[in-house]
Amino acid sequence: MVQTAKEIVQITIRRQDPEVDNNKPYYQDYNVEVEDWFTVLDALIKIREQMDGTLSLRCACRASICGSCAMRVNGQAKLVCKTKLTSVLKDNKVTVEPVGNMPVITDLTADFKPFWDKMHAVDPYLKPEEEAPEAEYIAPNEDMVHLVGVMNCIMCGACVSDCTVLEVKDNFLGPAALAKAYRFVADPRDDTETERLENLVEDGGIWDCTRCMQCVEVCPKDVDPMDRIMAMRANSLKKKMNKGYGARHANAFTSLIKSSGILNETLLILKTKGFFNIIELIKLLPLAIAAQLAGKRPPFLSHSIKNKDKLKNIFKKLEKK
Amino acid sequence: MYEHDVLIVGAGLAGLRAALESIEAGKNTAILSKVHPVRSHSCAAQGGINAALTDRGDDWKDHAFSTIKGSDYLADQDAVEIMCQEAGENLIELENMGVIFSRGEDGKLGTRRFGGQSVARTFFVGAITGSAMLHVLYEQTVKQNARVYEEWFVTKLIIEDGVCRGVVAMDMHTGKLEIIKAKSVILATGGAGRIFEPSTNALICTGDGLALAYDAGASLMDMEMIQYHPTGLAGNGILLSEGARGEGAYLLNSEGDRFMKVYAPEYLELASRDVVSRAEQTEIDEGRGVDGCVLLDLRHLGREKIEERLGYLQEVATEFRDIDLAEQPIQVKPTMHYIMGGIKTDSSGATDIPGLYAAGECANVSVHGGNRLGANSLLDTIVFGRRSARAAIEYISTVKSHSTSNVELKNETERIKNIVDRSNGERSATLRNEMGIAMTSGIGVYRDTASIEMAKNKISELLDRYPNTSIDNKGKVFNTDLIFNLELKYMLDVALTMCIGAEQRKESRGAHYRTDMTERDDANWLKHTHVKNENGNPKFYTSDVKITDWKPEIRKY
Repeated sequence: MVQTAKEIVQITIRRQDPEVDNNKPYYQDYNVEVEDWFTVLDALIKIREQMDGTLSLRCACRASICGSCAMRVNGQAKLVCKTKLTSVLKDNKVTVEPVGNMPVITDLTADFKPFWDKMHAVDPYLKPEEEAPEAEYIAPNEDMVHLVGVMNCIMCGACVSDCTVLEVKDNFLGPAALAKAYRFVADPRDDTETERLENLVEDGGIWDCTRCMQCVEVCPKDVDPMDRIMAMRANSLKKKMNKGYGARHANAFTSLIKSSGILNETLLILKTKGFFNIIELIKLLPLAIAAQLAGKRPPFLSHSIKNKDKLKNIFKKLEKK
Repeated sequence: MYEHDVLIVGAGLAGLRAALESIEAGKNTAILSKVHPVRSHSCAAQGGINAALTDRGDDWKDHAFSTIKGSDYLADQDAVEIMCQEAGENLIELENMGVIFSRGEDGKLGTRRFGGQSVARTFFVGAITGSAMLHVLYEQTVKQNARVYEEWFVTKLIIEDGVCRGVVAMDMHTGKLEIIKAKSVILATGGAGRIFEPSTNALICTGDGLALAYDAGASLMDMEMIQYHPTGLAGNGILLSEGARGEGAYLLNSEGDRFMKVYAPEYLELASRDVVSRAEQTEIDEGRGVDGCVLLDLRHLGREKIEERLGYLQEVATEFRDIDLAEQPIQVKPTMHYIMGGIKTDSSGATDIPGLYAAGECANVSVHGGNRLGANSLLDTIVFGRRSARAAIEYISTVKSHSTSNVELKNETERIKNIVDRSNGERSATLRNEMGIAMTSGIGVYRDTASIEMAKNKISELLDRYPNTSIDNKGKVFNTDLIFNLELKYMLDVALTMCIGAEQRKESRGAHYRTDMTERDDANWLKHTHVKNENGNPKFYTSDVKITDWKPEIRKY
């Protein structure tokens, strides 16, 4: 081993034990002697092996392929085996907590049941309609290489941990399960693209994503779940799955811009919810009143931009593609 | 109490393949694993899976010969024939299930060349073949709604009247021990790499199944055959796939020479792993290493090829060593990677104990003999995972349901209570580190009588110290401290059998290279070594190797 510098750092760990103090979470500091090549996982292993065997966490491969060790480091989900300690230390300190959006079993060990339940809900297996061929399916290599990008997903749960939609909406399938769904939607060997998309445009599916980019940011394997979700939205619109609010919002947005070049937010809401959808519109009243009081209510009418021809040309070009 | 027809312990490739076979046959099947299936170490296999596809002119016999030559003639040739003959069918089945194997320009499966093979017959998914296969088999178990005891840990096999009838296992979420009755048990628990330090293996590879079977009286065979992978990262031993050399990467010494031309003029970097690892070790020992390593050089492959076909390697190099493989060579060294030895089985996965089967790395069928070829392990898991399930299904048709006594449950509860109650003893990790260092230096790439004896003495000493270890965590819920302590005992038991095998095999063959007995001795040692537990003491014996068409020849690459 190469000779390296050693120093003491402070690792603060969120701890919790159902058998101790009514499962009440607390933070514990450990002063650990580390070397400059240490990953966060190396430090955690050193704590549990040499300092405090009561610390519980999952880890296996140490090489960012088994997906066991996603945790929050300084508040952001990371695969701790591939996170260099030096990259996250601030004043020689770092905080490690279990992944978010999942219950805790104990310490850094989270209960992944909700994660797997959602993964299973997207029928995560190939569904060919006809009998398998005698040899392999013939498929273009580009398609397979493209799918490797999604199969890189190791189901670590980092994206689910930091998904801002899941913080407020339990039934959202979430970035990992939706990326998994995309893996089959985009597989030329799967014959159920339409059926899959019809399920995915329902509540809790692809239209629930707010495009906050957190999943793309924290994914340790560059799976880009959000891009996969957007690709499925595009596919579903191509297949005229226009019924849900998500699709209507996207279509209304496009048509408003196309006609005037300016987004009339009042019309956007009316077109999305439906002009005669009284119940839904009444539900929006408190928001409208609050906006009015804050002076932020969008105008009812809006004018068009100049040079609308240029805009039309842009749309023409895009629609040709 | 839980009860099943077929209980599979371990949920890597061998375990999941066995499970699917059993479920599809309509048997009451359960999978038990100490980790979620996709965390199993099969996910770390990178390079590919071998198969000779006859529809494109390949010949399974050539694959069989490569495998047997690679094994240094220690493999049982009837088993190798089965594996190589069934390879194509198994591979196509995996593709049909959904594995996104790389394609050629015609849209058919594409190949790369791997070590010890005369032609390119390795099918792959980038450098994540194991992960891509494991996830697809997992998908199939989801489709079948398989029963999984997830994060359960087996502490004992239940053997009654000489027959395996189930296991005692702990639900790690509650800490509770339970009996799971089964008409047949298939062990698919993988390898035992953590006995060595460093190792390419995951922290979960602790030889559980091997130790359980040994404890129950099954034979462990050829345990001295430890594979050192030629391209582990210095330090913590993370693996860089043979796929790199398969795509054309060079191995260089400190003088910038492709030194393999001296050791294997024909196959060069793609000689079998034991040959390449010895060559590297010799270069390092003779002063032509770089910081105790040699260099793996991919620069001439170009960035595009590296990123498309070896993306995960680039990730590992960048993340763990700050090295861009397209710009710089990377330091690698022989690193403990795989055990060719394992629980002795016949070609159907049956062990010496009725009702007990084994498949995958924990089993020794034996298809790898003294040295496994790259990309033959994934094949082994799939072919023999399936075969073991078929054999188990056939066996249980003759077995009636039995009542099982609670004796083992009581004994195990007592044993574990003792561990939890002990205090002020040595830490498990202290013993494990001493074991790892002793085994790597004693049963290394090169070994001799003195080094083997040193390792064996150390393991005996650690076995004596083990009852005085203690743990900090006295709780029930997800007590990994306790699990590590139980795993330590498994590893020590298995390590002892490795030392005994190494001590007894008085020749050099495959990965077992003794500097004091450098020749292969077919007259006396064309034999398997066995270690069996008899009343708590290891008993050693040998058996003949099955030779069919391929008579032992001088092995050159």
